Amino acid sequence: MAKRDIPEINAGSMADIAFLLLIFFLVTTTMDIDAGIPRKLPPKVKKDQPKPIIKERNVLVVNINQNGEILVNNEYKTVDQIKDVAKDFLDNGAGKGKDGNTCDYCEGKKLETSSVHPNKAIVSIQSSRKTKHGIFVQVTNELVRAYNELRDRETQKLYHESYETLLERAKKNPKNETLKNKVKIVKERFPMILSEAEPIKVE
Amino acid sequence: MAKFNKKKNDMPAVNTASLPDIVFMLLFFFMVTTTMKDSDLKVVQTLPKATETKKLEQKKLVSYIYVGKLKGKKGDFIQLNDRLQSIKDIQNFILDKRTKVTESELPRLTTSIKADINNEVGTIFDIKTELREVDALKINYSATTMQRKE
Repeated sequence: MAKRDIPEINAGSMADIAFLLLIFFLVTTTMDIDAGIPRKLPPKVKKDQPKPIIKERNVLVVNINQNGEILVNNEYKTVDQIKDVAKDFLDNGAGKGKDGNTCDYCEGKKLETSSVHPNKAIVSIQSSRKTKHGIFVQVTNELVRAYNELRDRETQKLYHESYETLLERAKKNPKNETLKNKVKIVKERFPMILSEAEPIKVE
Repeated sequence: MAKFNKKKNDMPAVNTASLPDIVFMLLFFFMVTTTMKDSDLKVVQTLPKATETKKLEQKKLVSYIYVGKLKGKKGDFIQLNDRLQSIKDIQNFILDKRTKVTESELPRLTTSIKADINNEVGTIFDIKTELREVDALKINYSATTMQRKE
């Protein structure tokens, strides 16, 4: 009774095949996850749209020239200083906001020269056409950070967690209305009104 | 004596039967953690660094506009998909992207502006004007993430 052995399939070349696939994937794919500063552009301007009337004290003008030097409300500032200046400006809360309420959560100095209410405070980035994109993004980053830190402070006060974790939780549970509302309330306290003016042409 | 001859002191071969398994494991790891490269970069760039970045999820919903320099040439160049193109092609590029997604995904479409730190703000502004013309208002300044410092 000779037992007929089924010959084993030679798996020696299996490794080669797998290596080939591996190398293919190593070459064609990238590891980096794209990240960036999310911004929203204003919609197209209609021709006969009236210009809104804005008081000078409610605007923080951040001007970057072509050499990368920064003026904030006509004072020379470095990139590291912008965040604190912006925070002081937004957090000032000297008067009544859009809905006629005073800013009872602001912790600023309530200066007469600075903004009235966070929902009226506008930050305007002005630049020349020759300004470098790198410094522009750096300044935008600092300004966004000012908003984020203020929002974080409010989230800590209201819900005893950080703004980041709140956003993350809201993202993970998109159907949870209470979380959505929380995010909305925090965002409304410091709405991001960050305008990018048309760059000035310099010859 | 034939029996003795077989008893040579041969080194046993290393069993490679599990090698494919190891390699497959590596392969799956790479397949899961990486994403496909969609276009080769023709322009040279160094991305700016920022702390307040958000990850761009769902690559399907992102249109990339690459801006950078070309070696030996002056000025800023725009690359859409695989080709260098002019600023006028941006509108078509966005409209084309819109035909490729479902209606419910339309409001979530994002445009990522990947620009070199030495590009001029003027060029970027022109791109943004084009984007506003076609109502592609969600944009993202691409940047490498770095940790906040106090």
